[in-house]
Amino acid sequence: MNSRERILARIGQALGRPGDPAPAGIEGHLQSHPRGPRPVLEGDAIARFRERAARMASDVAQANAMTDVPGVIARYLEQQRLPLRAVCWPALTRLDWRAAGIQTEARAARADDLVGITGVFAAIAETGTLMLLSGPDTPATVSLLPETHVAVVEVSRVVATMEDAWDRLRAERGAPPRAVNFVSGPSRTADIEQTVTLGAHGPYRVLIVLVGGA
Amino acid sequence: MRLEAVQFRRKAAEALDNERLQRALEKFPSRFVDTRAAALAELGNTEQLRDAAADIRARTLRDLDAWLRRFERAAAARGATVHWAEDADEANRIVTEIARAHGVRKAVKSKSMVTEECGLNEYLERQGLEVIETDLGEYILQLAHEPPSHIVAPVVHKSKEEIAELFEEKHRKPRKDDIAELCREAREELRPHFLGADMGISGANFLIAETGSVLIVTNEGNGRLVTTLPRVHVAVSGIEKVVPTLEDATTLLRLLPRSATGQAITNYVSLLTGTRGAGESEGPEHCHIVLVDAGRSRMLGTELEPMLRCIRCGACMNHCPVYQNIGGHAYGWVYPGPMGAVLTPALAGIEQALDLPNASTFCGACSEVCPVKIPLPDLMRHWRERQTEQRLRPRRERLLLRLWAWTALRPRLYAVVARAVARLLHGLGGSDGLVHRLPGASGWTRGRDLPAPPGLTFHALYRKRRGA
Repeated sequence: MNSRERILARIGQALGRPGDPAPAGIEGHLQSHPRGPRPVLEGDAIARFRERAARMASDVAQANAMTDVPGVIARYLEQQRLPLRAVCWPALTRLDWRAAGIQTEARAARADDLVGITGVFAAIAETGTLMLLSGPDTPATVSLLPETHVAVVEVSRVVATMEDAWDRLRAERGAPPRAVNFVSGPSRTADIEQTVTLGAHGPYRVLIVLVGGA
Repeated sequence: MRLEAVQFRRKAAEALDNERLQRALEKFPSRFVDTRAAALAELGNTEQLRDAAADIRARTLRDLDAWLRRFERAAAARGATVHWAEDADEANRIVTEIARAHGVRKAVKSKSMVTEECGLNEYLERQGLEVIETDLGEYILQLAHEPPSHIVAPVVHKSKEEIAELFEEKHRKPRKDDIAELCREAREELRPHFLGADMGISGANFLIAETGSVLIVTNEGNGRLVTTLPRVHVAVSGIEKVVPTLEDATTLLRLLPRSATGQAITNYVSLLTGTRGAGESEGPEHCHIVLVDAGRSRMLGTELEPMLRCIRCGACMNHCPVYQNIGGHAYGWVYPGPMGAVLTPALAGIEQALDLPNASTFCGACSEVCPVKIPLPDLMRHWRERQTEQRLRPRRERLLLRLWAWTALRPRLYAVVARAVARLLHGLGGSDGLVHRLPGASGWTRGRDLPAPPGLTFHALYRKRRGA
């Protein structure tokens, strides 16, 4: 017997059923994946998302349509005295960045990129959280390596809870990609004297551009 | 990590005399207790959630073998290799072999308590590998050659002045005194390590059987870097961390960060499944998951089984009056506080941790705050009973208990003795009504006074009051 078999045999024995009877409930539970109790979320999901995102220290801006997004981002970068140069998701090349004066490169991020622009798969109102899926056109490093992360969120992608986001993932993608990252504000640490400091190993600031629904 | 739980008494006494530590511990109530309470209060259905969370963990443990098999199959289908380790040694050997097979020279690591159990860093370093801890707290401890003193806030025992001194010495840069500047310096020191490492080692907060994924929660983003940049990702996890579905994990995620740090959610929650996909220019090419038993399966089917529900939030230690006064190092191993008092004897052996289950007032705060409702005082009592049965308690304590039991079985004699003791204690009380020194039990009165009892037994008082 190898370690795997010994460990599994010991567990089976401790549970009082040696051998390998796959308990009947397992496949059923996986098929139905029942939801647990959820908090009561009052009011409009988009308003709740905006409020909770701000509470997680994300900056939130509004754009009326996708065509307005580059301009909104350019104004934010200027306000923050950041360069108008960014790495962005290949999925976002259809936007006219040049007209807004932003130089973009569509690729995975490198260590010296200062601004990273991404979309999202979903945005969760309960906690003000962005949900990003990795993929060839949506590299995960763009939301991770640069000091500033800008996320473009169409209001149709706002869902109430993480459970709703899982349902969308199953419906639209089937299985999760290599990485599903939930992002709630800039990276932070409270390791030194339990004092919260924004900007640990990930971005120092997160701008969320909400598109539509205003 | 070296096991030193047998030295609890000495270390606890030292901790009480350590002024720096005492100042650091003063912040506990406001930083961990109040924030947790506020974060849970806004949910409005905390009790319902705790019941659901406890139920998810308990049910999964009842079919643990089946869920682990299901997890293994799903993970393998996505290109991950699942390894099984009976004990710490085997886990260390497996990780070393993975490193050798992929020609790894440098590994970056995000926080993982099970690798602390295994002493993985020291092992890998002895094999000639460079291992860098990247969680800020763990990085500080690696520089200082110290063990963690808390499972969530590992460096809670250190002041910013100590950290400033340490950074100045190790980084050879001008001293910074501002916390934000210290954090930035650590970020700048660690970035090249992330970019240059061949292997990333992470723990797992949950393993998802449905998808074969490893789920990790972090605030700093180091967990994401460790699992994204290097070409090899190794996740090390205890076998008990498996949960069935994404929905089950979500229920637990509503409680874990709130119970740990008072956050509604951590900055990052990452669900990692298999290797780099087709067409992707980033992400690990190789993914290995090491499932570690190291004493866990022996707890199944025993009174200790509920302890395996633990999701490592640290709320029990944050609320424990003993931990709040002595910090984590006194417990002498990876897991301090009430959960450590139960887990250390289970994983390391009862004789290795005799004082831990006794280092509790049984106030019950730990089980009140536990998000998965582990009956921690009952489990500590379990260990106390085993100690008495196995004659591991001091001879004098055993003798006194036998004497008490013998007397208690003789009600008349018991009443006589009880009357005498009540009168004696009453007499020992000074004019202020306090006993300052108890002969034969000076340990109790060295640091505090005992209010003198009224001089009558319970029976006598009862009769008197009913008569009145």
